[in-house]
Amino acid sequence: MSFPLLTATAALPAVGAIATAAVPAARRAAAKWLALFFSLATLVLAVVVLVRFDPDGDRYQLTESRAWIADFGVRYELGVDGIGVALIALTALLIPFIILAGWHDADPLETKSSRWRPTQGFFALILAVEAMVIISFEATDVFLFYIFFEAMLIPMYFLIGGFGDRAHAGSDEKASAQRSYAAVKFLLYNLVGGLIMLAAVIGLYVVAGNFSLQEIAEARANGSLDMATNTERLLFLGFFFAFAVKAPLWPLHTWLPNAMGEATAPVAVLITAVVDKVGTFAMLRFCLQLFPEASKWATPVILVLALISIIYGALLAVGQRDIKRLVAYASISHFGFIILGIFAMTSQGQSGATLYMVNHGLSTAALMLVAGFLISRRGSRLIADYGGVQKVAPVLAGTFLVGGLATLSLPGLAPFVSEFLVLVGVFARYPAVGIIATLGIVLAALYTLVLYQRTMTGPVKPEVSAMPDLRVRELAVVAPLIALLIGLGVYPKPLTELVNPAVKHTMSDVQKKDPQPEVEAAK
Amino acid sequence: MNTENLIALLVAAPLLGAAVLLCGGRRLDRVGPWLGTLLAAVPFVIGLVLFTDMLGKGAEERSLHQHLFSWIPVEGFQADVAFQLDQLSMTFVLLISGVGTLIHLYSIGYMEHDERRRRFFGYLNLFLAAMLLLVLADNYLLLYVGWEGVGLASYLLIGFWQHKPSAATAAKKAFLVNRVGDMGLSIAIMLMFTTFGTFAFEPVLGAAEETSEGKLTAIGLMLLLAACGKSAQVPLQSWLGDAMEGPTPVSALIHAATMVTAGVYLIVRSGVIFNGAPDAQLAVTVVGAVTLLFGAIVGCAKDDIKKALAGSTMSQIGYMILAAGLGPIGYVFAIMHLVTHGFFKAGLFLGAGSVMHGMNDEVDMRKYGGLRKYMPVTFVTFGLGYLAIIGFPGLSGFFSKDKIIEAAFAKGGTEGWILGSVALLGAAITAYYMTRVMIMTFFGEKRWEPDAQGNAPHPHESPKSMTIPMILLAVGSVFAGGFFSIGDRFMHWLEPVTHHDHGDSPLSAATVTGATMVVLVIGVSMAWVQYGRRPVPSVAPRGSLVTRAARRDLLQDDFNHVVLVRGGEHLTRSLVYVDHTLVDGVVNGTAASVGGLSGRLRKLQNGYARSYAVSMFGGAAVLIVATLLMRAV
Amino acid sequence: MNPVNYLYLAALLFAIGATGVLIRRNAIVVFMCIELMLNACNLAFVAFSRLHGNLDGQIIAFFTMVVAAAEVVVGLAIIVSLFRSRHSASVDDASLMKL
Repeated sequence: MSFPLLTATAALPAVGAIATAAVPAARRAAAKWLALFFSLATLVLAVVVLVRFDPDGDRYQLTESRAWIADFGVRYELGVDGIGVALIALTALLIPFIILAGWHDADPLETKSSRWRPTQGFFALILAVEAMVIISFEATDVFLFYIFFEAMLIPMYFLIGGFGDRAHAGSDEKASAQRSYAAVKFLLYNLVGGLIMLAAVIGLYVVAGNFSLQEIAEARANGSLDMATNTERLLFLGFFFAFAVKAPLWPLHTWLPNAMGEATAPVAVLITAVVDKVGTFAMLRFCLQLFPEASKWATPVILVLALISIIYGALLAVGQRDIKRLVAYASISHFGFIILGIFAMTSQGQSGATLYMVNHGLSTAALMLVAGFLISRRGSRLIADYGGVQKVAPVLAGTFLVGGLATLSLPGLAPFVSEFLVLVGVFARYPAVGIIATLGIVLAALYTLVLYQRTMTGPVKPEVSAMPDLRVRELAVVAPLIALLIGLGVYPKPLTELVNPAVKHTMSDVQKKDPQPEVEAAK
Repeated sequence: MNTENLIALLVAAPLLGAAVLLCGGRRLDRVGPWLGTLLAAVPFVIGLVLFTDMLGKGAEERSLHQHLFSWIPVEGFQADVAFQLDQLSMTFVLLISGVGTLIHLYSIGYMEHDERRRRFFGYLNLFLAAMLLLVLADNYLLLYVGWEGVGLASYLLIGFWQHKPSAATAAKKAFLVNRVGDMGLSIAIMLMFTTFGTFAFEPVLGAAEETSEGKLTAIGLMLLLAACGKSAQVPLQSWLGDAMEGPTPVSALIHAATMVTAGVYLIVRSGVIFNGAPDAQLAVTVVGAVTLLFGAIVGCAKDDIKKALAGSTMSQIGYMILAAGLGPIGYVFAIMHLVTHGFFKAGLFLGAGSVMHGMNDEVDMRKYGGLRKYMPVTFVTFGLGYLAIIGFPGLSGFFSKDKIIEAAFAKGGTEGWILGSVALLGAAITAYYMTRVMIMTFFGEKRWEPDAQGNAPHPHESPKSMTIPMILLAVGSVFAGGFFSIGDRFMHWLEPVTHHDHGDSPLSAATVTGATMVVLVIGVSMAWVQYGRRPVPSVAPRGSLVTRAARRDLLQDDFNHVVLVRGGEHLTRSLVYVDHTLVDGVVNGTAASVGGLSGRLRKLQNGYARSYAVSMFGGAAVLIVATLLMRAV
Repeated sequence: MNPVNYLYLAALLFAIGATGVLIRRNAIVVFMCIELMLNACNLAFVAFSRLHGNLDGQIIAFFTMVVAAAEVVVGLAIIVSLFRSRHSASVDDASLMKL
C-alpha cells in the first residue's frame, strides 16, 4: 500500500494540536511557532496532494480504505475529487494566516496564574479544527464524514466562547455573557442540524445497508438500489437541513452574526471561510450525489431561500453598526450565491459555486483580518467610532479597500469570476432568479462602500489620530491574500481546470444537461 | 515585427505605472508624477505606431487581434483575455492616451502642492489602463472588466480628497449609480450567453441578424441601462454633478473626455444588435434627447463653474447617445462628436481648473468676473473651447453637432421631426449657458472679495505645464472637426465598423445649418442680454421655480433621497428589527420554552430521597404490570 | 410445604421494606428496610432455586449477600459521617446537592 497521503494531511494538524497543547505554560512563544510550523507543514502536504491529483484521472483519487466498524459497515474511506482538493488547499492555506493574524489574540491576561495556558489552547484548537475540516473534505464514507462534521463543533465552541474579542465595548462581564450566548447558540444550532442529519444517516444505512458514498451512488446510478420517492426526500431533507444550518441559509442564519461578532477576527475567519464551507461542500457531494431526484424536487424552494439569503443578507449588512456583524451578514449573502450556483444544476453554476467557496474564503479572510487589525487598534467594533483612518494609516485603509472590493466582486479580483459564473449558470436555467440575484451586486457595493466611507474617510476622529499603520506581521498576512485575490482574478484557469471534471461528474449524477444556447438549438 | 503583439502593451504600460506608483512607497514621491506621465505617453506612442501601420493597410484588413490567454474556461463557457484593435478602438485609443497624456502633464502643475500626488498619478494610470482595456477587449466580459475598472478609478479619484465628507459621499454615489448600470451590462452578457452561447464580439455580432427581435430588444435595453449609468444619462445621471468634487484634471479626463463616453462606445460597438431592435433604438434616442435637454437646463442654473460644465457634458453626451440611437445614419457622427467633444470639453475643464488655481480654489462664478486681463492664455484657450462647443462655424463642434442634428431629422417621420427639434433646441440652450459661463467668468467687473481669513485671491496665469496642454487641446478644438470632415474622411475611416447609411433628410443640409446658426445667435444674445449688459449679482437671486428646480438638478436628487435613501434606510432598519425579533425570536423562543419546560421538570427533583424512591417503585410497578399485560396478550 | 408460600413471604417482606423506605426519615431505619428488601429478594431467589431444581438462584443469593455486606460498610460509614457533621440521621436533612 502506498503512503497514505490524505490521512497524513489530516493527521498532521491533529498531531500539531496535541503538541501545541502540551507546551508548558511558560513557553508561550514556542507554542505559537510550533502551531505555525505545523500549519505550514500541512500546507506543504496539501500542495503535494494538489500536485499528485490528476484532474483528468479517476473521479476519486488518492483513495484509502480500511475496515473500521465492520458490524455496521462503517469503513475508513478517504478520497478526493477536484472540489475536495481545492477546498483542502484553501483550508491549509488560510490556517497559517489565521494563526499569524491571531498571534497576540490569546496572550494571557496578567491577572491569571502562571499555570494558565490560553495561548497553547487557542492554537491547539485552531489546528484541531483544521484537522477535522480536512478529513471532512476527504471522507467518502457517510458515517466517517458525519463524525467529523459534528466533532468540529467542540473546538469551535471553545474558540468562540473562550477567546472573545478583547476590544469589545462595555464591561468585561457583559462581554463574556454575550460571548457565551454566541457560543451556545452556535453549538445548539449546529447540534440540532447534526442530530437531524444523524437520523438521516441511520435511515440511509437502513435503506442502503452501508455507508460508502461511492457504493451507494453507484447502486443508485445503475438502478440496483431503489429508494421510495418519499424516503429519498426525507433523507435528503435530513442531510440538507444540517448543511443549511452550517452554510448558513436563510432562515437558519442567525447564529452566524453572533458567532462572528463575538469571536476574535481570526476565529471569525475560521468560521466563515473554513468551517462553513464544509456545509456547502457537503451539499454538492452528498445531497446531489446520494439523492439526485430529491435534490431536483427541492430545487425551487432552495433557490428561493438562496435568493432571500442574498438580498436579505445584503440589506441587513447595510443596516449593521458593528463591523464584524456587517461582514457576517455579507457572508450570508455570499453563501446564498454559492447555494444558488449548486442548485442551478448547470456546469457554470456549479463550477462557479466551487470557485466561490475558495474565493469567498480568500476575500472574507482579507476583509475580516484587516478589520480585526483595525478593531484591535481602536478597541471598538462599532463603525461609528471610526473615521478618517485612511489619513493616519493609509496602508491599512488600502488593504481594507481591496478586501472590500473583493467582497463586492470587482472584476479583476477573484470573486468576480465565481460570482459571474454563478449568475450565468443560474440565468441559463432560471432567468428571473438570475436577474433578482444580480441585485445583490448593487447591494454588495452599497454595504462595502458605506463601511469604507464611514470608517476610513472624512475628518480624522481624535481617538484614531494616533493609530499605527500595519505592522510587518500584519502585512505578511494581508499581502499574500491580496496577491492571491488578484492572481486568481486574472488567471483562474488552474482552478477551473481542477474543478471542471468533478463538476461534470456531479452533473451526470443528477442527470442534467446544460441548456443549449438559442442560436445553436435552432440549428 | 508583428504589430498585433503591441496591443497588450497599450494596457500593460499604464497598469505597470499604477502598480509601481501605488505599491512603491514614499521613495517614489518625487519622480512619481513624471513616471506616471511617461507611462501614460507610452500607449500614445504605441497607438501612433499602430495607427500609421493601420493606415498602410486596406480598409478591410485593418482589424487586429491578439489572443493573450484563456481566462475562464468552464464547460460550455469560454472567456478569453483577447484584444481587438479596429478603427473604432483605434480612434478611442488615440483619444484616450492623447488627452490622457496631456492631462497627466497638466496635473504635474495642478497637483504640485498635494502631498499625496504620487497616489493621484497611480490612480490616473489605473484609469488609463482600465479605459484602454474597455475599448480594446474583444468580448463583452473583458469589456466589463474595463467597464468596472474605470468605475473604480473614477471612485478613487472623485474621492481623492477623502478628508472632505462631500467628496467621499460623491465617490460612493458615483460607484453605486454605476453599479446599477453595471447590472444592466451583466444581464446583457448573460442574455448573450444564453442566446448565442458566447459573448465575444465577432460571433455575437455575426449572429445577431438571425436572432429574434425580442431577444435583441432585451439585450439592447440592458446595454442601454449600462450606458445610462456610465455616461450619466437620465435616469442614472445624478452622480455626474457630484463627481465634480474630484480634482479638476479628473473631471476633465474622466468625467468629460473619456470615461463618460464609454456608453456611446458600447452602443456603437453593439450597433448590429440595435439595428435589429427598433424599439431599443427608439429608447436610446429618447434617453439621448431627454438627457440633452436635462443637462442643458441644469447647466443654465448652476453657479459652480464645474457643475455648469458637468451639465454641459451630460447634454453633449445626450447628443452622442441620440446619434447612436439613430442607427447607421448616426454612429459615425456620435463618435465624431465624441472625439471633438473630448478636445473642447477637456480644454474647458482644464481652463476651469486654471481659473480655480488662480482663485484659491473658488468655484462660484459669481465671485469671478473680468478675469480675461489676469489670465490671457486661459481666456483664449477657454474661449476657443467655448466657440467650439456652441458650434461656431468652422470650429470642431460646428461640424460634429450639425451632423447629428441633420441625422436626427433624417430619421424620418414624426420621430425625426421631434428629435431634430429637440436637438436644435438643445443647441440654443447650449449657446445660452456657455455664453453665461464665459461672461460671468471672464467679462464684466471683478467680483471677488477677501474670504473669512482675509485672503484675497490674486488671479494669475498658471504655470507652463498647465497652459501647454490647454493650448494643445484648444488647437484640437479648433481644427479637429474640420480636419475630420474634409472629404468625409472620418466617415470612411469608420465605415468598415459602423456601416454608414445616409438616410434621406426632409431638410437639406443647408437648411439645418441655417437653423442651427439662427438658434445659436438667439442663445448667445439672450445670455448677453441677461448677463453681459447688466452687472452680475454676487449672490444668486432667488430665481423662478424652474431655475430653483434646475439648481437642484431638477429635483431628481431629492426624489432619490426620499425614495431610495430614506426608503432604503427604513427597509434595512425594519429588516434588522425583523431579523432580531422574528427570525432570531423564533429560535430564542424555542430555546426559552425548552428552558421553561425543563425548569418545571426540575421541580420534580425536590431533594427528598423518599420521593425518588416512590418514582422508582412506581416505575418498577408500571414495568411489571406492563410485562404481565404483555404476557396475557 | 408448598414452596410458593416462601414467595408470598418474600413479597410480604419486600412490601414491608419498601413501605419503610418510603415513610421513615431516620437513615438507619431506611437502611434496615433496604436490607429487609434485599433479604426478601434472597428468599425469593432461594425459593426459585428450589422450585426449578438448579443452583442459579442460590448463587445469586450469595452475590446479593456480598453486595449487601459491601453496602452496609459504605452506607453505615456515610450515615455515621453525616450524623457527625450535622447531629441528625434524618435523610431529609441531607439536601446539600439540591438546587
